Amino acid sequence: MKRAPLLFLNVFVIATCGLIYELLAGTLSSYVLGDSVTQFSLIIGIYLFAMGVGSWLSRFIDKHVAEKFIDIELAVAVIGGFSAPLLFLTFANLSYFSVVLYTVVFIIGMLVGLEIPLLMRILQDEMDFKDLVSRVLAFDYIGALAASLLFPIFFVPRLGLTRTSLIFGMLNAAVGIWGTWLLLPLLKRNVTIMRVKGFVILALLVIAFIKADRLTTLAEDSLFVDNIIYAKSSAYQRIVVTKGKTGYALFLNGNLQFNSFDEYRYHEALVHPAFAAFSGDAKRVLVLGGGDGLALREIEKYKSVEFIQLVDLDPDMTKVSSAVPALGELNKHSLNDPRVHVTNADAFVWLDNVPAEPFDIAIVDFPDPNNFALGKLYTTRFYNLLKQKLKPDSSVVIQTTSPLIARNSFWCVMNTLEASGYTVKPYQTTVPSFGIWGYALAKLQPFETPRSPPAGIEMRFLNNETFASLFEFPADTSRPNEELEINRLDNQALVRYYEAEWRRFEQ
Amino acid sequence: MNLNRRELLKLFLGAPFALAACRTDQPAAFPEGEIVGQSAGIGHILREGRSFDVAADRWESKKAVIIGGGIAGLSAAWKLKKQNFHDFLLLELEKDVGGTSISGKGDPVGYPWAAHYLPVPFAENTELVSLLDEMSLTDGRDAQGQVVVKEQYLCREPEERVYYKGRWYEGLYLNVGAGEEDKRQFTEFQRRIDEWVNWRDVSGRRAFAVPLETCSDDAAVTSLDRISFADWLRQNGFTSERLHWYCDYATRDDYGLKADQTSAWVGLFYFCSRVRKSGVESQPFITVPEGNGQFVRHFAELARDNIRRSQMVVSVVPTERGVDVITLDGNELRGIHCERAIFASPMFTAPYIIRGFRDDAPFDAGAFQHNAWFVANLFLKDRPKPRFAKDFPLSWDNVLYESPSLGYVTATHQKGIDHGPTVLTYYYPMCHEPDGRTKLFNFDWRQLADVCLTDLSRAHSDIYELTERIDIMRWGHAMISPRPNFIWSGIREKAVRPYRNIHFAHTDLSGVALFEEAFYHGLRAAGEILKART
Repeated sequence: MKRAPLLFLNVFVIATCGLIYELLAGTLSSYVLGDSVTQFSLIIGIYLFAMGVGSWLSRFIDKHVAEKFIDIELAVAVIGGFSAPLLFLTFANLSYFSVVLYTVVFIIGMLVGLEIPLLMRILQDEMDFKDLVSRVLAFDYIGALAASLLFPIFFVPRLGLTRTSLIFGMLNAAVGIWGTWLLLPLLKRNVTIMRVKGFVILALLVIAFIKADRLTTLAEDSLFVDNIIYAKSSAYQRIVVTKGKTGYALFLNGNLQFNSFDEYRYHEALVHPAFAAFSGDAKRVLVLGGGDGLALREIEKYKSVEFIQLVDLDPDMTKVSSAVPALGELNKHSLNDPRVHVTNADAFVWLDNVPAEPFDIAIVDFPDPNNFALGKLYTTRFYNLLKQKLKPDSSVVIQTTSPLIARNSFWCVMNTLEASGYTVKPYQTTVPSFGIWGYALAKLQPFETPRSPPAGIEMRFLNNETFASLFEFPADTSRPNEELEINRLDNQALVRYYEAEWRRFEQ
Repeated sequence: MNLNRRELLKLFLGAPFALAACRTDQPAAFPEGEIVGQSAGIGHILREGRSFDVAADRWESKKAVIIGGGIAGLSAAWKLKKQNFHDFLLLELEKDVGGTSISGKGDPVGYPWAAHYLPVPFAENTELVSLLDEMSLTDGRDAQGQVVVKEQYLCREPEERVYYKGRWYEGLYLNVGAGEEDKRQFTEFQRRIDEWVNWRDVSGRRAFAVPLETCSDDAAVTSLDRISFADWLRQNGFTSERLHWYCDYATRDDYGLKADQTSAWVGLFYFCSRVRKSGVESQPFITVPEGNGQFVRHFAELARDNIRRSQMVVSVVPTERGVDVITLDGNELRGIHCERAIFASPMFTAPYIIRGFRDDAPFDAGAFQHNAWFVANLFLKDRPKPRFAKDFPLSWDNVLYESPSLGYVTATHQKGIDHGPTVLTYYYPMCHEPDGRTKLFNFDWRQLADVCLTDLSRAHSDIYELTERIDIMRWGHAMISPRPNFIWSGIREKAVRPYRNIHFAHTDLSGVALFEEAFYHGLRAAGEILKART
């Protein structure tokens, strides 16, 4: 009867592992799907229900209980152990993340639900029922307490979700392997095969643990440090809003679009130079991209503006500031201004197909050209299409990525604008969340670089001194000596520059 | 044809894939659609050799008649109109002109039914360049005098991608997994191509040029016509499997023949004729969503008063005064007396239509062999989802390495429409077995649609849910087949000569099915008619 106390240790480990997987799934889903109350509630419910299903299913296991127990242990080791990396990769690559999530939770719950009844049956011949129940359940709940304390205090901050998941997978595998010795007298079938299986699984988990850095850079790192308060997969992209110590941040497909803490620097620098370069009162303004409404907030400061046409691909993007009240406050509900007309269309197709009166000012604020669909929005063709919506003295500002990190990309856009017949004044500023950031101020006729921001407009960042300094380029961001290609539809040179330059900063 | 699904898929897609595909059940949702176009049935009436008596009041007179409204016939009409020669008719069998350049209209964009691009011509091809100018496709000339085509008409990047073992890769040549020897052979292959690009004969002619008429007839080059392209590769030490695939894809794509069925001369023609000089990229492609339908539209608009559609020319009779053309207009026979006719129909039809042709045949029309294709247009409500975030994205031309099809072209690509509904045009040349044509016409819409969807499902598991409609066109006589010993056998010189007052104009006469060749022969025949009048 020496076996029993050791088996109670098993109960403890199993219980700890089981709860850890549940907590992992809950944390992960509230990270990426947002709304932690719903996510934790759903995960706990599904998990407990699945445990019930598992317990009920245990009655169908009549023979070879010990072998089945070890098999289940190993299955939990695999599925539970790999659950976090699997879910991260799923989230990064698939749109039906939630289906995978709930399925994984259900399977783990069901397997864990099978464990305790089987273990109790293994032990039933060795002690009184009264003792058995009291001890098994006691160890089970102690395990749960240990898990719930260690998870937030030690595992998440020290190891992260992926490593935690793999560590507990290893523990499960160890329990399974150990079981082949502990339960040896009860095992009637080939023990060697079981042990080999067990060690293979353990080895895989160890390898994954060592390689976890790579696994996490694939998924977790590009995700978010802060709490997710809104997440939506639209038809075009994944929109995520987080809230952290510095404020609210919006991500598209994992790429930061702004942080409320310093976005005013970016948006003031995006909008006001265009107005400064326009002589007279600007009445009609075109905004391409910018569905977050932050550029609109700056434009609406001009009383002379009568009509603002905003063209953004994604209806979910132009709705995000009404879905997240904090963003509505941040953009001062700029999308509700009666002067604003929102069209959800691909700006390239819109410029090509939709006739419109010419505009005095155009603000072009697209995500960086990291794919071909975005790259076309920076081509000579695009800028030629834009021309048709401009007057001879209209002014245009285009966000043009970081001249420090992507120097060739930045200057490739400048060359492309010049090749399309624009006079260009490149400029840059510092936005701490992004780093050094670049823009192009362009007109269809030669013009003097504006030296001060428009008068009478309230600004937090731009004043006469900062405004004049925008147009200064330090040596490390100035026009490179090498010959750069013009970005055209039929070469998409910019996407290739951009990929090469930003890849240097990926792990 | 009465085959079960496994046999059908095995026939079209190969045994291993068919077995795998049949293991999974067909999804419940199968899109709707139909077989469209191509009046194969009425075409075959000609073979019956009936006599055709036209009522006396059903005759009219014209100076010229063009028989056939493909690119050759339409180009001839274009030339005549431009030279102020208006007294002619163009008779087209189908309800639309265009031949293998026909296209469909759709929302948001049109789509091709066959030919879908034109490489930018060299400056020397002055008449083709003038057509591009006239259509406002150009933006003047560059410093070397070469034509500059407007950006929106040049094939947009990403141009092509290839699907191999579960992933999409950039380009057509499969770089992934290439060993040192593969790389060496590919470089060597390109060096050999370069040699031919730079090659000139004693009179300064290129080895391979467009139009084909301007190629050198030096035996050093034309002897390549006696062996197959696959044999040429082997004889030159090229054994790399992926290089052979690349060349085989090229010949299937441009000629509807496998590399071992294609003349080595014409195989090299594909790689050399569109490269100006060594080290320069191949000429870019001019394309729009409806493919070469844009040229058809332009020609048809110009000659709108001269074109009659749904006219089956049943007999062309050389007479003392010129030519009598008899056509079946609905159920009614009509006749046209003309001075001269341009026969712009595939060459193999000449003996069936031209009276007396068989008795003293100026050339062997039966030598002009065509191959069969089927083309499917898939109307998708949305784009297929990439399986991996890092997969190379949807391109203009999307090729499946392991498939006997040619993959598909995306209609919305050129317009920059990167989201939402689109049309994919899927091409399948019947070159994998003898008598593909008969086989093709024995399959119904459902069977061919099944082949197409099953083939595409290897790369796009969601293709069944996304496809709302799939229409299929069976091309019995899609393209002339440039097999070995055809192009330089001497037959072209014979066939290009007028027969009585009938002038031949068709891309068949070049031995390759290309827009530029059809255009060249159309203009040549029109020129002969204009010259005969002065």
